[in-house]
Amino acid sequence: MSAPQPVAQLSVTALSKAFGGVHAVDQLSFELDSGKVHSIIGPNGAGKTTLLNLLTGVYAPSSGSVTFEGSDVTGLAPHALAARGMARTFQNLQIFFNMSARENVMVGRHLRERTGWLAALLRFPSLAAGERESRDEAAELMRFVGLDDYLDADADAMPYGALKRLEIARALGGKPKLLLLDEPAAGLNPTETHEIDTLIARLAQSGVTVVLVEHNMRLVMGVSDHIVVLDYGRKLCEGSADQVRNDPRVIEAYLGRAELAPC
Amino acid sequence: MNWRTPRTGGLALLAAVILLLPLALVNNYWYEVAILIGINAIVCVGLNLLIGYAGQISLGHAGFFGLGAYGSAILSARYGWPPAAALAATTAGVALIALLVGRPILKLKGHYLAMATLGMGIIISIVIVTEDRLTGGPDGMSVPAFTLFGMSLAGERVWYWIIGGTLVGAVWFALNLIESPAGRALRALHGSEVGAQVSGIDATRAKVGVFVISAMFASVAGSMTAHYSGFITPGKVSFFHSIELVTMVVFGGMASTFGAVIGAAALTLLPQLLTVLKEYEMVVFGAVMVSTMIFFPRGLLPSLMLALARKRK
Ligand SMILES: Nc1ncnc2c1ncn2[C@@H]1O[C@H](COP(=O)(O)OP(=O)(O)OP(=O)(O)O)[C@@H](O)[C@H]1O
Ligand SMILES: [Mg+2]
Repeated sequence: MSAPQPVAQLSVTALSKAFGGVHAVDQLSFELDSGKVHSIIGPNGAGKTTLLNLLTGVYAPSSGSVTFEGSDVTGLAPHALAARGMARTFQNLQIFFNMSARENVMVGRHLRERTGWLAALLRFPSLAAGERESRDEAAELMRFVGLDDYLDADADAMPYGALKRLEIARALGGKPKLLLLDEPAAGLNPTETHEIDTLIARLAQSGVTVVLVEHNMRLVMGVSDHIVVLDYGRKLCEGSADQVRNDPRVIEAYLGRAELAPC
Repeated sequence: MNWRTPRTGGLALLAAVILLLPLALVNNYWYEVAILIGINAIVCVGLNLLIGYAGQISLGHAGFFGLGAYGSAILSARYGWPPAAALAATTAGVALIALLVGRPILKLKGHYLAMATLGMGIIISIVIVTEDRLTGGPDGMSVPAFTLFGMSLAGERVWYWIIGGTLVGAVWFALNLIESPAGRALRALHGSEVGAQVSGIDATRAKVGVFVISAMFASVAGSMTAHYSGFITPGKVSFFHSIELVTMVVFGGMASTFGAVIGAAALTLLPQLLTVLKEYEMVVFGAVMVSTMIFFPRGLLPSLMLALARKRK
């Protein structure tokens, strides 16, 4: 590998997305360094999910640009961004409920698998070997996120908390460089939230850059190296946990609308 | 070998049924029915990959069946091509057409995709009816017998084995595809398109690919039908045949390859059995369809399997 990159892994410049008259993301600029945990916080409707959708190609921006690892990736399709090393989870689950849990994770490995039609139809021997490897690695990833009990489960028979982790396992299947998590702890009980907490820390240790969107402030303040605060689609401020916590604009944005999750 | 997986056990069972069925086929009429079931089943197995697994509708697959039938017929009857070469060239040509048509229309979703495929089927049907110098128009055209290595393949008993063998092959292809990374991508698209895309799946490429494969299945079945029956008319290219095919897939059970075979068998056989009812035939046929979908909402095979699994617990 080359020397550490002097530039940020991801930089966003004047990024905007409007839905009709609603400026969901408005002239947003920030940079994310490689290998850190970055959180994006803000009140409901601040534009966090929209931002993630822009970064991962689910939406095309109205204007502005996104640079990932030195190249302009603005407007690329989600699968093309996945190929460059982005993976994500969803606030509203996007599980493949028509498949088993393990197959969900195997889909996450899609880019590293033999996906040719002819090899598939004729079941080339090399493909069968790849399938075994894929099943094993999927099991490994499921254990990594704490889904040991669901190795043979169908996705539609799993509880909500397990599905949240299944999405993380699927996202890890592509060996991403940048992992974006949209409210991974929403709807989880304190024990489960704590597990997500340690999981994020372990991911960061393994060198993956994590972008965390989360309302649970204790989780955010505990794991983040860097926080970006959004309000009405604009950047309110950014900095370390301490800087953000004490910023009067942040307190105003949250307390002004009494939406701060209890710490 | 694990006989309980579809790819071994199910395939072996299908082969056994095809091998033993002639014991029950008392005359040529029943051979004809069995062959018709086989032909419909080949199309349905392919169509089920598109509808049942990838979750994309097509109301135009009779068009691909017709292109296969008329492609083989025209190349062998009008241009004197050897039937095997005509079949290969026709299948390749249909694949290309499906690719060109599929790219724009598979960007559509739901009702819009249904409309677009419907339109495609109707256009193919109109072209076949109006190009009467090549196709014989509404009167149809005759097709030479299939010859292979100088042997002429004719008669119900010969075609029973050809169609039976092709069906086993079609099912094997389908089962292989479904249990491969490419097949998983199709099922993922059905489960959550955006979830699939962010996992690195190129949705358009996957949809167009399975559309082409299902069109090729239909085309091969069409080519074989042309040579087997020796005479083809535009009837099998009609919109109604497209609907019939989709109905078979849904009736047998979506996302189940053997369900598609059973759906094709049931809905091909049923009208034959109901002819004794004369003018009440269509009423009873409709009633059977409606009650099946009420009592077996997932389609025949998946509902039965589910009931069986519940009982075992
Ligand atoms: N597809 C869409 N069409 C129209 N408006 C949208 C769409 N997606 C988001 N919005 C609007 O954009 C704004 C930002 O929404 P977004 O979902 O990004 O907020 P969020 O910060 O993720 O909120 P939450 O914390 O509730 O998840 C909201 O006003 C929302 O109604
Ligand atoms: Mg959100």
